[in-house]
Amino acid sequence: MHHHVLLLEDEPNIIEAIRFILSRDGWQVSCHSDGATAVDTVTRLEPDVVVLDVMLPNRNGFDILRDLRAQRATASLPVLMLTAKGQAKDRERAEDLGVSAFMTKPFANAEVIERLRSLVGA
Amino acid sequence: MSDRTKPLFLARQSYRRRRLIDASRLVPLFGAVIMLIPLLWTEPGSGSLAVRGLFLFAAWGVLVVVSAGLARLLAVTSDGSGGGAAAPDQAEAPGDGDVL
Amino acid sequence: MSFDIVVGVSLAYVLVLFVVAFLAERRARRGRLGWLRSPLVYTLSLSIYCTAWTFYGAVGYAVRSGLEFLTIYLGPTLLMVGWWWLLRKLVRIGRNQRITSIADMISSRYGKSATLGGLVTAIAVLGTTPYIALQLQSVTLSFGVFADTPVGWDTPDQWLVTAWVAIGLTVFTVLFGTRNLDANERHHGVVTAIAVEAVVKLVALLAVGIFVVWGIAGGIGETMARIDASPISQVPIDGSRWFTLIFLSGAAFLCLPRMFQVLVVENDDERHLSTASWAFPLYLAAINLFVLPIAVVGLDLLPPGSNPDLFVLTVPLAMNQDMLAMLVFLGGFSAATSMVIVAAIALSTMVSNHVVIPIWMGVRRGLGGTSGDVRGLVLMSRRLSIAAVLALGFLYHQVSGGGAALAVIGLISFCGVVQVLPALVGGLFWRGATRIGALAGTLCGFAVWVYCLLLPSIGADVVMSAEMLAHGPGGIAWLTPQALFGVPGLDPVVHCMLWSMLINTMVFCIGSLASFPGPLERLQGAQFVNVFEDGANPRGWNEGAVESEDLLVMAQRILGAREAQNLFLAEARAQGKGGYLPDNTPDFLERLERELAGSVGAAAAHAMVEQIMTGSSVTVRDLMAVADETAQIMEYSSQLEGKSRELERTARQLRVANDKLTALSVQKDAFLSQISHELRTPMTSIRAFSEILMSGETLSAEEQTHYSGVIHDEAQRLTRLLDALLDLSVLEDGRAQLAEQDAVLRDLIDRAILSTTSLSSNTVFEIRRDEPSEKIVLRTDVDRLSQVFINLVANARKYCDAEKPRLDIRVSRAGGELTIDFVDNGSGIPAASQQVIFEKFARLSTASAVDGAGLGLAICREIMVRLGGSVAYLPGQGGAAFRVSMPVAEAVRAA
Repeated sequence: MHHHVLLLEDEPNIIEAIRFILSRDGWQVSCHSDGATAVDTVTRLEPDVVVLDVMLPNRNGFDILRDLRAQRATASLPVLMLTAKGQAKDRERAEDLGVSAFMTKPFANAEVIERLRSLVGA
Repeated sequence: MSDRTKPLFLARQSYRRRRLIDASRLVPLFGAVIMLIPLLWTEPGSGSLAVRGLFLFAAWGVLVVVSAGLARLLAVTSDGSGGGAAAPDQAEAPGDGDVL
Repeated sequence: MSFDIVVGVSLAYVLVLFVVAFLAERRARRGRLGWLRSPLVYTLSLSIYCTAWTFYGAVGYAVRSGLEFLTIYLGPTLLMVGWWWLLRKLVRIGRNQRITSIADMISSRYGKSATLGGLVTAIAVLGTTPYIALQLQSVTLSFGVFADTPVGWDTPDQWLVTAWVAIGLTVFTVLFGTRNLDANERHHGVVTAIAVEAVVKLVALLAVGIFVVWGIAGGIGETMARIDASPISQVPIDGSRWFTLIFLSGAAFLCLPRMFQVLVVENDDERHLSTASWAFPLYLAAINLFVLPIAVVGLDLLPPGSNPDLFVLTVPLAMNQDMLAMLVFLGGFSAATSMVIVAAIALSTMVSNHVVIPIWMGVRRGLGGTSGDVRGLVLMSRRLSIAAVLALGFLYHQVSGGGAALAVIGLISFCGVVQVLPALVGGLFWRGATRIGALAGTLCGFAVWVYCLLLPSIGADVVMSAEMLAHGPGGIAWLTPQALFGVPGLDPVVHCMLWSMLINTMVFCIGSLASFPGPLERLQGAQFVNVFEDGANPRGWNEGAVESEDLLVMAQRILGAREAQNLFLAEARAQGKGGYLPDNTPDFLERLERELAGSVGAAAAHAMVEQIMTGSSVTVRDLMAVADETAQIMEYSSQLEGKSRELERTARQLRVANDKLTALSVQKDAFLSQISHELRTPMTSIRAFSEILMSGETLSAEEQTHYSGVIHDEAQRLTRLLDALLDLSVLEDGRAQLAEQDAVLRDLIDRAILSTTSLSSNTVFEIRRDEPSEKIVLRTDVDRLSQVFINLVANARKYCDAEKPRLDIRVSRAGGELTIDFVDNGSGIPAASQQVIFEKFARLSTASAVDGAGLGLAICREIMVRLGGSVAYLPGQGGAAFRVSMPVAEAVRAA
């Protein structure tokens, strides 16, 4: 079956790379780049899992995560957070906010797929 | 039960204050008319000077008393006049709390 | 009682007054106002309306005209009781506009007209001088009563007493009336002393009254019988006078300079007026309560021919009540002195502000002089004015001989002073009242007063011949001074009031309707008439930076862009701040004002600065206050001043440094995570795609090419970033090698524009230059300078958000400095960010442009420092604006 992943990311090249590897793995991939409307998009598309970048235009990933956890529909939605900042306190903060998994860029493609699979229980 | 004591007319205080101002505007007009009564006393010796003098001072005293009363009332109401409507609202708040 | 004791007691009394005034002044100075500003003190201070004319003259008036004496107090009573109509507005305006006198009030209302101010001052002086003479006379007369001969003694002595009284009053008034020149013209010492005197005169009159009613007449019933039996009961009431005098006294209560002083200028709190609205009428009623009994008993008791104006004093003396007589004497003394003191203060303020200062300023402007101690000048001119006013009163007293009955002079004065009434009241309620109308009306009314009342009152054949008084000038009957327009048979005062008020008001209305007010006049008119409508002044401008920027915009308009920028830059540096926006310290504002004043004049300069700083309009008093402040600062020792300035400067530097440090420590964290982000982002793409390529999955040829291309681009982006970082670190460490060579500025700018064209290909981007001014040969590191230009032009292309984006490049040279401004027409950079943009990674929006690593401006700044120049953000240009400055050799200019 096709699991649906929503990619919240703004770097075109990274989007392209992730889309490629996940499509090859049999995922249905949606993508959204604007932080301000990210929560709405998640609510609307109802993905199985979200890949969330920290540095999004207009709104950072932490705020988006907090909002997702605050609303009933998305409170338990699996979220994989990706950050290029790679500082320990970012990870702590994400965990405090209830992130499902956390990875730093750059990442190994295989690891991303593996994490996502375990998140959706595939 | 608290509904009975509540003012029906919320701007009552500011309404009262505006009427007080009307009153304090009227006082000098009545005063002026009274103080012009001596215009009728032009013939000499037609009445008692002492009584007339007393009349004027009595009128004077009434003016003082009336305007003192008005000034006092205006000063009292002006405390709530910064927000004439705000004061009653604040007074209502505890009443609502009782009902809940 | 011996004359010496009287003199001794009055000296002691004066001493007490001095002490009271001194203590009150000291208390006020320490800020412990307390009861000093109670409604009671305010009410009592109003009692200067009851001068010696009331104290002694009311009884005489009653003897001559029966109940008519009451009209003089009924007018003010009605006015006070009706405070909501007029006085409330008057006091509010007086406080809002910081009015100093009635002349100031009228001058302010009509667009700060100096002419009107001068005219009102002249009328006031003319109307008050006889009145002051009257007070001096009453004191002299009452002294005379105690002297051996009942009325008057040897002329030289009398002269001497009057002179001493005048001198004493001058000293007191100068001491307590000109102590402070601060913004609120309140004289707590004087007002308190006057309140004490008010009590003394009331107590004295009540004491005599009680003594007369219960001590002599034998009770209320007896007194009433005596009143009805006395000749006074046969005096008819003149209806026209009754009406006119109520009006006249009410009007005078408003217009008399001394009443305006205590009513409006000395008012501490508007609520006091509400108390005074009934308390002052009560005071008036009380002080007049026993006038009729005293008059009647005096007539019975004293020999015919006694001066009824002195009954208050002579009745107790005749009954051998020495202590009571002494009290009465002090009461009369109080009534006279308090009036003279306040009148002198009020007049001196007017003379000084509306005659002396304008003339002095005019003369000084003519001489082209500059700064001066205005505060000292104002104080000196007030002191001299006080002395002059009293000297005038004294002279008038000596010249007129002091013979006329007291009340007559009083009424004539009143008639003169109330000529400002139409202008005053009209100005308060009618926005259409104009300066021309006010001036013409007041002048006409004043002329009628002089012609119909003042000159004839001096007596036949002094100024006007008896012939002229009887039949008009040259036999023209309708111009007969006391029967204008063929209306004979009126009482002179009624006649004068009728015609002067009628003509005055008519001319005022016609003049106002026919003329056109100036802008300031209209503004003031609206502010006066609508004083209750706009509760709070629109005082915005909370943020300092916004004000500074507005000031800069304004200064650029007036001084020219370069001068204004230099001024602001220098000031910011002096304050220890970077950039073009100094703090708005009083020093700086003052300096700015001085600079502006050179172009547009002092008043306009102040008005403009004030407008920006507070958004409100300016009063003449503000001008004085600024001058005062200057003078006060100069009074400090230069050492102290230097020290405090140094401290202030250090504190400001510390504050800025602290802000910067806090920002830097935040930035340091941000820098680490930023650099991590900036490096990891391209790395992510590179790693992801290389893994894809390595994974051996089946890829089309295009895909392979595309993915390799991405890897290549991202690798290049990494390289650029690392280059920029290295560049910056080299520049920051000062290890950069400068390769100096000659180049023409124009070519450098050409190159910058050319190499950035690709950035804004989709929209038309207009670039405006003045190529001839760019023909300057530079000896510098050409590549580095180009780098700066490219950065700035590229920024404009990328971030200018105007619909029709435009970049102005302006080159100018002054002294050894070359400046190149890059000004676009976008929305600019918010004041809060202007300090930050030159820091590393200080990108303003989070939307990252691909190659915007946020290092451009940081590099530019470092480059310019290395080149011996600077790059700065230039606020107030209507868009984002950067100024590049660098030294340039003088004579180098391209052919």
